[in-house]
Amino acid sequence: MDQRSLLQYTLQLADNALILGHIISEWCGHGPILEQDIALTNTALDHLGQARSLYQYAADQFNTLPAAEKSSFFTSSAIRKIISEGKQIDEDDLAYLRDGWDYRNILLVEQPNKDWAYTIIRSFFYDTFNFFFYTELQKCSDTSLAAIAEKSLKEVTYHLRWSSEWVIRLGDGTEESAQRIKAAIADRWQFTGELFIASEADKVVGIDLAAIKSLWKERVAAVFSEANLDVPADGWMHQGGKEGKHTEHLGYILAELQFVQRAYPNMQW
Amino acid sequence: MVTKEQIYGWLNTVTDPEVPVLTIIDLGIIRDVKVKDENSVEVTITPTYSGCPAMDVIAMNIRMTLLSKGIKNINIENQLSPAWTTDWMSEEGKKKLNNYGIAPPYRKATSSLGLFEDDNVPCPRCGSDNTELTSQFAATACKSLYRCNSCKEPFEHFKCH
Repeated sequence: MDQRSLLQYTLQLADNALILGHIISEWCGHGPILEQDIALTNTALDHLGQARSLYQYAADQFNTLPAAEKSSFFTSSAIRKIISEGKQIDEDDLAYLRDGWDYRNILLVEQPNKDWAYTIIRSFFYDTFNFFFYTELQKCSDTSLAAIAEKSLKEVTYHLRWSSEWVIRLGDGTEESAQRIKAAIADRWQFTGELFIASEADKVVGIDLAAIKSLWKERVAAVFSEANLDVPADGWMHQGGKEGKHTEHLGYILAELQFVQRAYPNMQW
Repeated sequence: MVTKEQIYGWLNTVTDPEVPVLTIIDLGIIRDVKVKDENSVEVTITPTYSGCPAMDVIAMNIRMTLLSKGIKNINIENQLSPAWTTDWMSEEGKKKLNNYGIAPPYRKATSSLGLFEDDNVPCPRCGSDNTELTSQFAATACKSLYRCNSCKEPFEHFKCH
């Protein structure tokens, strides 16, 4: 596996975890009831923990790249500045100093919270993917990624249980809850395709996304059936996130996430 | 020269900041201790949950404890694999948890995706089996929330992970 592809791949995974963890954490203090507020913030914390492990690994990888590779890897000026000063980068530099076009997360995780149903369905689609994906990633020839996958899979299992149970409560709940989850599914379905569209880095690491897609579809169908919901027909799918082409939502997320660090570089308290 | 046994003894005074009855030895997060020379020690730890904020505090407390014992160079390594599991918690640790009012983990971790399944957890106060899950998530990443239908008290359960 070449260094560049492995690093792109690690950043893909790290960015998914960070952006989803961040957007879920927006619910903190605003949850519909206390137990669910706590459930979501615990989940956000898990995602952020996984993001940290992945960013630490990505930073270690970046710091061993040859100089020419380092100077051309990112286009964001803030991170390029410290790289050009010859400094080693760390997890915080990766999280706070890259602009949207250097982020490699899928578009699904940057879509807004909107309401409880939209939040649940985003997690449900993503958690289902993550469960099967991390199961496979445990077998990766890269031992660090395999170790992170093994660790994350335990937490992802809880996430998938929680989001599946909520899809069922909403779908098979009241008239209003069913209406809301159906609206959320109709809007967010077109972001699910990107999970299975391989980027250049995906192709190099070689996890079989088509196989994961079958498992994903089967489980989504099973939970939807329990929830009295229909699985939408396959259709046109959004993509581009893995290549750094994002929806406008990422801009707002990064502005909030990065503002303090950008305004007061290296400030500690 | 300082010995591995001495260091383990000192590490057994470092407690979990959230659950101070448990030491990091009870938790099973110390994977290895290497004495490099009379001034240098390497401690390898495995995090409990990926995002556990207590791990940074624990690492700091390990460093401060060893510094106070005269060790000058302390290297703390993180080892992710094999992944930490509650199976590594000592029996002693589980008893301490129960006495503290937190129901300890009681079975091996499972990857069951059984929906709407509850663990049957006995109440740490009155011992009754007539308990009910309130939420899979509680005040910290490692715990869930239950209520006892016998003594009517709520209690936390350290999840089987």
